[in-house]
Amino acid sequence: MNEIRYVWQWPVRICHWLNVLSMIMLAITGFFIGRPFMTAPDTSMYIMGWMRMLHFSFAYLFTVSVVARIIWMFIGNEYSSWKAFFPWLTKDGRVAFVQMLRYYTFTGKKLPYAVGHNPVAATAYFGIFILFIFQIVSGFAIYGQYAPGGFWDGILGGLNVLVGNQWLRLLHHGVMWLLVGFVINHIYSGWLMDVKERNGTMSGIFSGYRFIKSKDL
Amino acid sequence: MKTDLDIVSPPIPEEILQRVEAKGINRRDFIKFCTATTAALALPVSFIPTVAQAVEDKRPPVIWVEYQSCSGDSEAFLRANQPTAGEIILDLLSIEYAEVLMAAAGHQAEEAKHQAMEKYKGQYILIVEGSIPTGAGGGYCTIGGHSAVDDCKKLVQNAAATICVGSCSSFGGIPAAAPNPTSAVSVSSLVPGAAIVNLPGCPVNADNLTATIVHFLTFGKLPAVDRLGRPKFAYGKRIHDNCERRGHFDAGQYAEAFGDVAHRQGHCLYKLGCKGPETFHNCPTIRYNEGTSWPVMAGHGCIGCAEPGFWDTMSPFYRRLPKVPGFGIEDTADKIGIGLAAATAVAFGIHGVASCFRKGGSMEEDKTGKEAN
Repeated sequence: MNEIRYVWQWPVRICHWLNVLSMIMLAITGFFIGRPFMTAPDTSMYIMGWMRMLHFSFAYLFTVSVVARIIWMFIGNEYSSWKAFFPWLTKDGRVAFVQMLRYYTFTGKKLPYAVGHNPVAATAYFGIFILFIFQIVSGFAIYGQYAPGGFWDGILGGLNVLVGNQWLRLLHHGVMWLLVGFVINHIYSGWLMDVKERNGTMSGIFSGYRFIKSKDL
Repeated sequence: MKTDLDIVSPPIPEEILQRVEAKGINRRDFIKFCTATTAALALPVSFIPTVAQAVEDKRPPVIWVEYQSCSGDSEAFLRANQPTAGEIILDLLSIEYAEVLMAAAGHQAEEAKHQAMEKYKGQYILIVEGSIPTGAGGGYCTIGGHSAVDDCKKLVQNAAATICVGSCSSFGGIPAAAPNPTSAVSVSSLVPGAAIVNLPGCPVNADNLTATIVHFLTFGKLPAVDRLGRPKFAYGKRIHDNCERRGHFDAGQYAEAFGDVAHRQGHCLYKLGCKGPETFHNCPTIRYNEGTSWPVMAGHGCIGCAEPGFWDTMSPFYRRLPKVPGFGIEDTADKIGIGLAAATAVAFGIHGVASCFRKGGSMEEDKTGKEAN
C-alpha cells in the first residue's frame, strides 16, 4: 500500500515559493542595477528608481522568508528541521549520501529512499542557506550606504570598511550567479527525482503530500 | 513679526575686523571666509562671530610635512586664485615648516622643524601629506638623514592634533596600491590611537582642510569622524546622493560612451564606471577650485579617490565592478557568471539525457510493477 504522507508543512511551502518569487525579482532587478540594460528615452521616467525600489522591497520579503524558514527549522516537523540539513551526522545519512552521489554520477543504480530531502540535496541546501544569508548581509550593508548612521549602516556598515564596499558588490554579484547555477541544478534535480522516484516530488512542492511506499522506509 | 527670513548672523565684533584689517586682510574677504567656513562645518549662522574670534585670536603653529607624496595637496591648497580661504588661513596660521612653502632648505630647515616641535610641544597642528614607507627599514623615504617612519612618529606624538591631507597619508593611497613595493602605510596605521583626522581625496579639497583647522581652533578638538576617521561634515554623504546628475540616474538615462549624445546632454555617467555610488565626499556640494567644478560636473565619472585603497578597489575606473581576481581584465563578473550558468545548464542537460536512457536506475520496477496488479 502507498501511504500518502503530509511532508511539507504549509510554512515550508510558502517560504519556498516566496523565495522563488523574490529570487527571480531580485536577480532581474539586481542585474539591471548592476548593468542597466534599458535606457529611458525621457527624463520624466523613473526606470532605475523603480528597479531599486523593487529590489529593496523584495530584499525585505526575501529576508523575512529566509528568517521565517530558519525559525521553522526549530518548530516544524522532522523533514523541515535543521537536523535534516546535516544528513552526514548520522550513519544512515552518510550511507545514503554516498549512494545518492553514486546514483548521480552513474556509478550506482540504487536510489536511497528519502521521505524528505535526499541527503545530497539537503547538504546543498545547507550551502544555499549560507549563500542566502551572505546575500542578505552584503546587500543590506551596501544598501545602508545611502544613510550613514542609519539602521543598516549601524549594524552592517562595518563590513564596508572591513571588506571594502566594492568587493562586497562584486561578491554580491558573484553569489547571484552561483544562485542562478543552483536554480538550474535544482529544477533539473526536481524533475529527475520526479521521474525516477515517482513519489510526487514535484506535486509535493505545491501540495505538501508525497507518496510513501512503506517497504521503502 | 519674526519669520525665518529674519534670521541674520550676529555681527562680527568691530575690533576683530579692525585687527584683521591691520594685518592686511580685506574685511569683506574675512567675513566671507568666516561665513563660508561656518557653512562648510554645517554650523548655524550664530557661530560666525565665534569662528571669526577663534580664527583671528589664535595663531596656531603648524608643521606641514610631506613623505611619499606628489605635493598635489599643497598645490590644491596654494594654487587658488583670488584672496581665498587658503590665503587667509595662511595669514592666520603660523607655518613653521612646509617643504613647498619655506625659503629655508637643508639642515637649517630641519633644524627649524625640530625647534618648532620642541617649542610648541603638544600645541602645534601637524599636517601630513603622503604615505609613509615602512619597507627597507624606512629607507625608501628619508629627510635630513631621518626615515619618514621615525620623523612622522615623533611629530605625531608631539602634536596637539594631526590632519592627514590626501588619500596617501589617510589610507596609503597610490604608493600603497598593489603590489605596494615600499610597504607604504597611512599615518593612522603607523601611529594608532593618536588624535588624527583623515581628509582623503586626490587631492584634498582645500575648503575641507580649512574648515577642519577652523573647527579645531573654534572648539579645541577635531571634528566628529566616521568609521574611517573622516570628518562627517565633509564625508558624511555619498557623492551619488548629492549628484547633480542623479535625476538622470533615477530616470534611467546613461551615457554609454564619452562624447555620445547622452554624454553631451549631461546624462548619468554610471555606465561609464562612475564610482559616485561607492564614494563618500562633499564634492558635489563644495566642488573644487572655489566651487568652480568637480569631475562629474566636467563630464568624467568619479574614481572614488576618497575611499581606502581606491587605486585597487575602484579600478577599472570605467567599469562598475572591480576585476575578478584570477581572471583576465576583460572578464567581468557577469561574463563569468553567464559562463557558469551556461556550463551548469549544459552539464545537467547532458545528465538529463543520460538519465532518460539509463535502465534500472529508478524505482519504477519495484513500484509500478506491483501496483499494476
